[in-house]
Amino acid sequence: MTEPMLTVKDLHAFYGKSHVLRGVHMEIMPGEVIALLGRNGVGRSTTAKAIMGEVPPKGEITFKGQRIDGLESYRIAHLGLGYVPESRDIFPMMTVRENLILGIKDMKKPGRWTIEEMLEMFPNLKERADNLAGVLSGGEKQMLTMCRTLMGNPDLIIIDEPTEGLAPKIVQQVGDMIADIARAGVAILLVEQKLSIALRIAARVYVMGHGEIVYEGTPEDFKTRADIRKEWLEV
Amino acid sequence: METIVFSLLNGVIYGLLLFMLSSGLTLIFSMMGVLNFAHASFYMLGAYFAYSIAGVTNFWIALILAPVLVGLVGAAVEKWGLRSVHANGHVAELLFTFGLAYLIDEVVKIIWGRNAVDYRVPELLDFPMFELFGAQYPAYRVFILLVSVGMLAALWFILNRTRAGLIIQAALTHPHMVGHLGHNVPRIFMSVFGAGCALAGLAGVIGGNYLVTDPAMAVQMGPIVFVVVVVGGLGSLTGAFLAAMLLGLMQTFAVGIDASFADIFGWLGLSATSELGGITIASLAPMIPFLMLVLILMVRPRGLMGDREL
Ligand SMILES: Nc1ncnc2c1ncn2[C@@H]1O[C@H](COP(=O)(O)OP(=O)(O)OP(=O)(O)O)[C@@H](O)[C@H]1O
Ligand SMILES: [Mg+2]
Repeated sequence: MTEPMLTVKDLHAFYGKSHVLRGVHMEIMPGEVIALLGRNGVGRSTTAKAIMGEVPPKGEITFKGQRIDGLESYRIAHLGLGYVPESRDIFPMMTVRENLILGIKDMKKPGRWTIEEMLEMFPNLKERADNLAGVLSGGEKQMLTMCRTLMGNPDLIIIDEPTEGLAPKIVQQVGDMIADIARAGVAILLVEQKLSIALRIAARVYVMGHGEIVYEGTPEDFKTRADIRKEWLEV
Repeated sequence: METIVFSLLNGVIYGLLLFMLSSGLTLIFSMMGVLNFAHASFYMLGAYFAYSIAGVTNFWIALILAPVLVGLVGAAVEKWGLRSVHANGHVAELLFTFGLAYLIDEVVKIIWGRNAVDYRVPELLDFPMFELFGAQYPAYRVFILLVSVGMLAALWFILNRTRAGLIIQAALTHPHMVGHLGHNVPRIFMSVFGAGCALAGLAGVIGGNYLVTDPAMAVQMGPIVFVVVVVGGLGSLTGAFLAAMLLGLMQTFAVGIDASFADIFGWLGLSATSELGGITIASLAPMIPFLMLVLILMVRPRGLMGDREL
């Protein structure tokens, strides 16, 4: 059996005095797609931020055999961990192309895709390559953030609520794009509310409640577990 | 007529010097979120370093070396000072820069004394460049103009046309995201702080001999630089440029006006009351920056081009 690419053991995180993560355990294999589900406010984004070093993590986080808890964000990124935050954080005063350029970590090391290849794959972005990113639609912004992170050639990418606030047709496109990323061999930790997307793409599902993982299983198993959905997901 | 042309030239030069000082401050503000009270002290250090270096070598070596040294001092202050203070919040940072300003003041007095030093314009540039309407224009001022314009062009090019410049701009607004993309944000911040201080230092090198090099120069220049940054709009380089030019021109023109209130009253057909009438327009020049500051905060708190309020 191969080693997990990312291992999270007993992860805790705090905002001031409030104890938000209460011992999260998680494993992701190379190339695996994982969906992280849960109601609003249970700590899914905080899990992503703690792994990425944006929120100070307490616990053990290992990526490709190396401890990353306590490392600075840029070092974590250089190990091959990419992050697409909930806030998307495109650089609005720069062009689409410039945003993509900033996704490249090292100009001397070519990644899986060049900027031109990336633009070929996404005609919407190609059309707007020289427009300011700030004027893109919500869906285009989401695609741009994902493409920008992919320019850094990650082996695992954490995507936080990519379809939030998007029209149904666009949700479909973003879902297709995430499936494409997975096919390229990149492991994905997908934080998502929409079960349709999550269950279509994921090989395994984690459900989070009150800062802990309360369920782990395959999409097939999850579909049979109305109790879990009722207790931890439905509002 | 020559007053107008000369005032225009002098105003532009003064404005460019002000911009050189405030460009660093406004970049550092975007990064830290607080004004760096010690910024003008780096301007003073630039002038004193240049004076000492020019004393043992010559002005041209000082022109290169002094800003570099000031930049290194700035980078060191960021790396070993500000960075640890940053964790304790904005007030701590502000007080830190306050303390630093006084510290640099005292150090300068201990090393170079309390009186002005004899930091001179290099002989090579100490001649009248041209003559206009019978009055002569010093070559050194033209030199200041060229250096400032060169710096302006270089700064613009680096920030807008290089990858490093794009990374800097992105880091100023989205530091976390830039870190997640694999860029070393702490190092970027240190470089920006260092470069901002180096620009202030350069202003000191070319301005210290044009104006005066004494321990009061930081205290005199400091408030005016703040005015430029606030009036221009915190964090906006374009705004700082506009404000610096506006201030430079207004102050220079005010000084150039001989008229007093008595004359104005005269033109208006009023009788000149003795004391009020004695006030000259020129004597009001030092007031202009602060009047601008107060007015802009009242009517447009974002400043000319800023995207956030104080
Ligand atoms: N910066 C912060 N300061 C203080 N509390 C925070 C902060 N960010 C999040 N929280 C709190 O921590 C808890 C977990 O937040 P988190 O963002 O991880 O939730 P989430 O599961 O991603 O849900 P959603 O994205 O739907 O809001 C919430 O109760 C939230 O209010
Ligand atoms: Mg969230």
